[in-house]
Amino acid sequence: MCLAVPARVTTINGEEAVLDYGGVTRKANISMLSDVNVGDYVLVHVGYAISKMDEEEALETLKLWDEMLAAAQ
Amino acid sequence: MMQNTFNDKSTAERIIRKIKSVSGSEKIKLMHVCGTHEQTITKNGLRALLPENIEVVPGPGCPVCITPAREIDSSIYLSRSGAIITTYGDMLRVPGSTSSLAKEKAQGGDIRIVYSPIEAVEIAKRNPGKNIVFLGIGFETTAPMTAQVIKNAPPDNFSVLCFHRLVPPAMELLLKGGYDIDGFIDPGHVSTIIGTAPYVPLSEKYHIPQVISGFEPLDVLMSIFMLLGQIKNNTAIVENEYVRAVKSEGNLHAQKLMGEVFEPCSKEWRGLPVIPDASLKIKPEFSEYDAEKRFDIELAEGEACGADCPMCGNILKGLSNPADCELFGKACTPENPVGACMVSSEGTCNIAYRYGINQI
Ligand code: SF4
Repeated sequence: MCLAVPARVTTINGEEAVLDYGGVTRKANISMLSDVNVGDYVLVHVGYAISKMDEEEALETLKLWDEMLAAAQ
Repeated sequence: MMQNTFNDKSTAERIIRKIKSVSGSEKIKLMHVCGTHEQTITKNGLRALLPENIEVVPGPGCPVCITPAREIDSSIYLSRSGAIITTYGDMLRVPGSTSSLAKEKAQGGDIRIVYSPIEAVEIAKRNPGKNIVFLGIGFETTAPMTAQVIKNAPPDNFSVLCFHRLVPPAMELLLKGGYDIDGFIDPGHVSTIIGTAPYVPLSEKYHIPQVISGFEPLDVLMSIFMLLGQIKNNTAIVENEYVRAVKSEGNLHAQKLMGEVFEPCSKEWRGLPVIPDASLKIKPEFSEYDAEKRFDIELAEGEACGADCPMCGNILKGLSNPADCELFGKACTPENPVGACMVSSEGTCNIAYRYGINQI
């Protein structure tokens, strides 16, 4: 039950959004997040989007890893 | 997209090489406290890739496994009194002291699996003549949603049996207990809600390195590498590997909801003792939705929790693994669980059963 799955927001209607889980669509409540837009990736848990996945941060992380892995002895 | 980026084999090999270069030779025990981390580790055989002196053990990270029999018993009591019980599916097979919700359902109890508390409220609206009880199970990842439906003025016939629990105080219990944990892989999803702050006192007080981790194999490997780096440098701070989902302040809206509706209380966990302030109860302002206040729940006296599974407690503390239990795979299987760790797909014994005991 603790699985939280990332999905892409396709439409928003008030507190409710339609999400795309790689082909499967499902509704979720987005009232826990303040600035969700169509196209965003969100983590969904028991029917609620709980966090926005940040693509820039994801790329930044990979860059950081690169540096950390290069630096560590 | 993001999934694939964090799944790359050559990066994995690179991280593992680096892990080997910083791991030293002393025994190091890292603990995670999330069933989803256990899935990632076991499914991808990550333990076999690590140097022999690095042990990664699962802690009490499965909310189903740590729900005591007494709490199952109270939901069974309400079901027998005629209420419709609504719950996440994993709870059905968890053994109570003499029955389980699955058994009650087979005998005609009206027990319904829901995917979200919103569905439970809808069931209440459709059945005005019935009492609908929602089992509020889970850690900080599910508690805000229960809080939201309670706050949104659900129908009068809706109430919640509040079994929610908090992760950081349980981590503290294990640190106090002296189980030789050298570092924590902190739960990524719980952290999307609570952020980094609640872990900081643990690092300061117990000098324990922590890394908040995502759930792809690369996330977990990278977190292990970061923990080893801290151990090598003798630092103990909270680092965040999962920055693409976890903000340092967490989800403020969710935290506010939890604070408005719940307050901490001290209750036992299955296989663990009473943990101070590690459970949530519904505040008096919302007591009309608190099933425990609303109904007179009668339970048999003196029933001990977890007595059905002598090993579960050790597994939840990271002291034993499923191979140590005589019942594993024999008397205790996912179809017929004896102990709670075998019930949920996030339970350590259940995962070991499905992916192979050698992986644990
Ligand atoms: S195999 Fe079953 S009885 Fe043994 S520790 Fe695991 S859950 Fe408990």
